[in-house]
Amino acid sequence: MLTIENLQVSVEKKQILKGLSLAVQAGEVHAIMGPNGSGKSTLANVLAGREGYEVTSGIIKYDDQDIFDLAPEERARKGIFLAFQYPVEIPGVNNIYLLKAAVNAVRVHRGEPELDAVDFLKIVREKMQLVKMDESLLNRSVNEGFSGGEKKRNEIFQMAVLEPRLAILDETDSGLDIDALKIVAEGVNTLRNENRAIVLVTHYQRLLEYIVPDQVHVLSDGRIIKSGDRGLAIELEEKGYDWIKQEARAA
Amino acid sequence: MTDQTPEVEELVHKEYKHGFVTEIDTDTVAPGLNEAVIELISTKKDEPDWLLEWRLQAYRRWIKMPEPDWAHVHYPAIDYQAISYYSAPKSGADGPKSLDEVDPKLLETYEKLGIPLHEQKMLAGVAVDAVFDSVSVATTFKEKLADAGVIFCSFSEAVQNHPELVRQYLGSVVPAADNYYAALNSAVFTDGSFCFIPKNTRCPLELSTYFRINAANTGQFERTLIVAEEGSHVSYLEGCTAPMRDENQLHAAVVELVALDGAEIKYSTVQNWYPGDENGVGGIYNFVTKRGDCRGADSKISWTQIETGSAITWKYPSCVLRGDNSIGEFYSVAVTNNYQQADTGTKMIHLGKNTRSTIISKGISAGRAQNAYRGLVNIGKRADNARNYTQCDSLLMGDTCGAHTFPYIETKNATAVVEHEATTSRISDDQLFYCRQRGIDEEDAINMIVNGFCKEVFKELPMEFAVEAQKLLNLTLEGAVG
Repeated sequence: MLTIENLQVSVEKKQILKGLSLAVQAGEVHAIMGPNGSGKSTLANVLAGREGYEVTSGIIKYDDQDIFDLAPEERARKGIFLAFQYPVEIPGVNNIYLLKAAVNAVRVHRGEPELDAVDFLKIVREKMQLVKMDESLLNRSVNEGFSGGEKKRNEIFQMAVLEPRLAILDETDSGLDIDALKIVAEGVNTLRNENRAIVLVTHYQRLLEYIVPDQVHVLSDGRIIKSGDRGLAIELEEKGYDWIKQEARAA
Repeated sequence: MTDQTPEVEELVHKEYKHGFVTEIDTDTVAPGLNEAVIELISTKKDEPDWLLEWRLQAYRRWIKMPEPDWAHVHYPAIDYQAISYYSAPKSGADGPKSLDEVDPKLLETYEKLGIPLHEQKMLAGVAVDAVFDSVSVATTFKEKLADAGVIFCSFSEAVQNHPELVRQYLGSVVPAADNYYAALNSAVFTDGSFCFIPKNTRCPLELSTYFRINAANTGQFERTLIVAEEGSHVSYLEGCTAPMRDENQLHAAVVELVALDGAEIKYSTVQNWYPGDENGVGGIYNFVTKRGDCRGADSKISWTQIETGSAITWKYPSCVLRGDNSIGEFYSVAVTNNYQQADTGTKMIHLGKNTRSTIISKGISAGRAQNAYRGLVNIGKRADNARNYTQCDSLLMGDTCGAHTFPYIETKNATAVVEHEATTSRISDDQLFYCRQRGIDEEDAINMIVNGFCKEVFKELPMEFAVEAQKLLNLTLEGAVG
């Protein structure tokens, strides 16, 4: 579903990704781990098409299509979803209003009729259960005054409603207490299916106790230096990132 | 901007069409202003002597007044002798004969605003048959209002039918020589609206739909007077979301509101005059004096304005809080794009005890526009325990526009509590990217964010108009970023 080859990306002339390659198939969950500054968030943002990231070389293919020239909204409508590390507050814009506009933008793109308020609310109520979203959050301004946990839950809730094919979760576990983490993880697990791929970007392996990945990749200094299964994450937790860096250098 | 549809592209470059064929009215006075012209206006309108005398006094004061230049706006000098000060009401015979003759782009705009077909005809200046829906609707309105004892008519009719009321209240809030443009208006106004709500009466209708259907063409120097007697209540809506046909460049209206004991007046404005083209050529100068007098105790006057049109907007809807415990409110959204200029705000003059005022101002600038908030909060010596809360937010789009805030606070009473909050922000890249990542295109995302910014003001508008105002805002800012 997603193929990245030799991706090189610079931000303000500074090279962040230095030849990253990754292949993710439908139905798989991949975890990208790495220390701060290794390029994890850059990868997430580049996949979503954020401006300010200069791709100097490499290929990103989604469903066998090069997505380089696609605007962020076009990528989103094709099923790429980014759960933000720091979801932004948009004062005065109703949370559910934004979501309805998003759902209908995707539907129009697919040539489906727009949902009316009644049908939309039906879906919303169903999906709210998934992430145990508090109903009062629906009619508040987007992320405004939400706690850290509420913001992250809102991201997963949006993901549940939008039903993307490729979901990238950027440090969704950061800033969550253990209860909130469990709820978010449960939500993500129910959204796992054979048609959907999920890329988890995370610093700690804690999240992976609840969402068990098919593959774990270690990103360091702009490259994936080691890949493995769930066991790799546990090893990392025990030995730290320095161990793997040394191993990579030795190899 | 990567994926603008041709339609959006077209709209970005859309021009506001007002270029109708203008034939010379047979009943138009030659340009120029002198006492003879004023006498002619008064005679044509069959006015009582006292009103002519009032006009002449205003004129004599006006010719001695310097033209004010303190606002943060720039325009070439106006030649007041080049303006024609009287035109007979248009018969409609010189307008287009049907909607087929009207510029399709204008119709497209009406369509987008959701204006009903018969109103589209009125707005575009199409000659309409005597029998169409709105006439019967208007008759029903009139009957309902009459049953309640509410007087609502054109200013000219009021002068003929209720001269004692007009004489009692005209100029009692905005004196004839209050300022340069008010003096000019007092001398030469030709028509406007008059509204009188008797004691303990709640006006049974929002005076909005009625207004839109019946008063679309009130002219260049408009005069509005609303009097709410003790314990009465009225909600009044002026203007129209639809761009209106107009050939006059200078608009200098005066609006006076009087609220007696316990009365409440809610006055909402949606202003969408021709703003000039994208290079700043043409457009209406909208220099308006609006003031409400909370004359009685426990009275309340609330101004809500959505200003999106005009090349230059220069106005400060104000409240004189004379009665004890009276309340003044001002909610404003002012949007400027291209080369538009706006210098707008309010004055809250606290004279009575326990008077309260609230000011919420939202200014949005795009293109090369300049947008200034100018507000005065004045607490008089006798105004014990007066309170004011002012919130004044500016939103900038792009980096060639400007936002300015000029708050003035004058307090002569130590018990006053005056709060002022001001913010200036840009639509952040983070907000835009967030929306786009959810599949919403840039234009829609901007509209959403801007409407969110204005929400506190929109919710003060009558329901139906809140929806229209939102659409209007979107149209005004189309292509502002990209």
